[in-house]
This record gives sequence, C-alpha cells and structure tokens, in this order.
Amino acid sequence: MGFEVAEAADGLEALAWCRTAMPEAILLDWNMPELNGLEFLLQLRRERGGDGPVVVFCTVENTPERIGQALEGGANEFIMKPFDSEILHSKFSEVGLL
Amino acid sequence: MTAQEIAFIADLVRRRSGVVVDVEKTYLIESRLAPVARREGFPGVSGLIREIAERRDEKLIWPVVEAMASTETLFFRDRTPFDQLRNDILPVLARTRQDPIRVWSVGCATGQEPYSLAMLIDEERSAHAGLRVDLFASDLSERCLEKAHSGLYTQFEVQRGLPSRLLIKYFDKVDDAWVLSPRIRQMVRWRRMNLMSDLKGVGPFDVIFCRNVISAFEDVTRKAVLEQLASTLAPDGFLILGLSEPVLGLTEALRPVPGRRGLYVRTPNSRVAA
Repeated sequence: MGFEVAEAADGLEALAWCRTAMPEAILLDWNMPELNGLEFLLQLRRERGGDGPVVVFCTVENTPERIGQALEGGANEFIMKPFDSEILHSKFSEVGLL
Repeated sequence: MTAQEIAFIADLVRRRSGVVVDVEKTYLIESRLAPVARREGFPGVSGLIREIAERRDEKLIWPVVEAMASTETLFFRDRTPFDQLRNDILPVLARTRQDPIRVWSVGCATGQEPYSLAMLIDEERSAHAGLRVDLFASDLSERCLEKAHSGLYTQFEVQRGLPSRLLIKYFDKVDDAWVLSPRIRQMVRWRRMNLMSDLKGVGPFDVIFCRNVISAFEDVTRKAVLEQLASTLAPDGFLILGLSEPVLGLTEALRPVPGRRGLYVRTPNSRVAA
C-alpha cells in the first residue's frame, strides 16, 4: 500500500517513538501492556504535533462503546478484527490515507 | 458442467434477467449454482439443470436466475455518487420540491445502497429544514431483499464503506451481528422488480441510483433499460450510474452532467416511452 512501517511493542514505546519522529498514520491496537491503545491516544493528542497523525484502531474490541470511546478520544477510524485487505483499504480510504 | 449445460444456463439467465453470463467462468457458474442445487435437494448442478430443462418449473428457474446476478455491494460504494447527492442534488431538489423527494435504488442487492442513502438523508436533515424523502429500493432477488429488509449485517459487511461514526450512530450490536436502527430501516420501501419487465406506472422519481447494474447486460438490453429508466425519471430528475457505465452511443434519452462522473439528466424534449 506504499507505507514505510515501524513497529512498537506497547503504548509507552509508541509514545517515545512518536516524540522522536511523529508518523503520518498510526495503526493502533487497544490491548497493549504498559499503556493501552486509548491511553496512548489520549496522551498522543496532547503531545506537540500529536494532533497530526491519522489514527486507526485495529483491535479485537468490537463493541459500540469501545468504538465511541476511540472516536471521542481522537481516533479517525476503527477496524474490528478479524478483517481483510478490503476492509483495510476501505478504512484507509475513509481517512484519506489512500 | 458440460459446455451444453453452461450454454443452457447462460441463455436462460439472459432471457429472464438480461444478465450476460460469461461462459468462460465455469467455476463461478458452478459455485453460484451449487448452493441452489443443494437447497432444492439435487445431488449436483447437473441434476438441477436437467430438471429445469425437462420441466421448466418456475420455482426452480428463478433461484437459478437470481443466483447468477451479481450481489456485490457495500455501504457508500464509490463515495462520489453520495457526495454528488449531498452537494449537488439535494440542495436543488430541497429548494424546488413541494412534495417529498422520490429516490429509487435500482438493483439494491442486500440493501447497503438504499440504507446508505437513508443515513445520508437523515444526516442532511439539519442542513435542509423540512427535508422529506420517499426512498424506494428494488432488486430481482427475493433472497437479497429478505436480507436487506432484515437490516442485519455481519461485522465484515459493516466495515466495508461505512464510517465507524455512522456505524455507532445507526447500528446496534446483537450477538455477532449489527442491526440497523428501525428508524432508518423504515425509511426504505422494498419491491421485487425485474428491469426486463415493463416499468409503466413506475415513478416518477427525482433521483435514480442504478449503479453497476446495466454493465451486466448486453448493449440492446442496456439501451432498453436506460430508456425505461429515463421514462420513470422526473423531467428535471437525476440518474446516477456506475462510474464506469457510460451511456454515450446507447441512447439519446439521457445526457451526462459535465464534470459529474456517472450523473445523467434527461435530454430536453427527448422522446421516451412514458
């Protein structure tokens, strides 16, 4: 899909990485050690330049409540696992990444 | 399947629905007919075809014809037509219409298109005070219409084209399925309809969505269907076709709106069978 990808093992590592080099887009899991996805997102949006990245959750969480929390927290889209390449394409188009 | 069986199916489907079956795609034909054969109690596709050839039972013919029509669809498919409706069409019609705006989704398959329209219209109510829309949807397939009417979709289906914001606004999760709110479901009226039949008495509509339907037909059928659709369109109505379905050279009854891909209006003074 034409992206250069870096991986972080958990929310803290992701935040540290963002402070060094803010990415254009973040594909974010919900359930992570140290800092979960929502906690990471809330902190990210408070960082300098943290309003820039397009954030798409990608998680086994699949309730309307979780999706609502993610969007309210500043996520741009939400992908529920399992998913396929068509869904990924559709969601990335939705947020202007494709 | 033998070449003779495939030719038989292709001919049957073309005569009944106008849909052209690609006889080279043996696997596709077989994979679509196998579930019909199973449902109807035949050990295989050949048995089903033999029975139809011998007895011409309508109760077997229609499931076969329906199975061969494409049901591929998704919410807000191609996005552009929905932007056109929101930005170009609704503002004009909301200003000029006293009566409810009449919108028809042709070949709606499992309902994602008419429900996308219903959600869009619901969202636009704040921009157009008093906006009233009558939304109609039709398809050849009874099975598709049943699913559409239920408003139940899988997790895969609600993730294809539907923004998450609209998912949580308009759907509830029930076990593993997502169910559309009754308020949106009730906005759509459903009808089984074959575009090969006479559409006299249907319409008039202010907006017709007929996307990725005519591309399944051969030119002569395409022309006939387009002219039927033109005849059901209000004189100042809009027809929206698939983004790769030009009408140029097929009919004089419709002309493209410049700079608006897929959007057509009736040609002034065009003679279409009313």
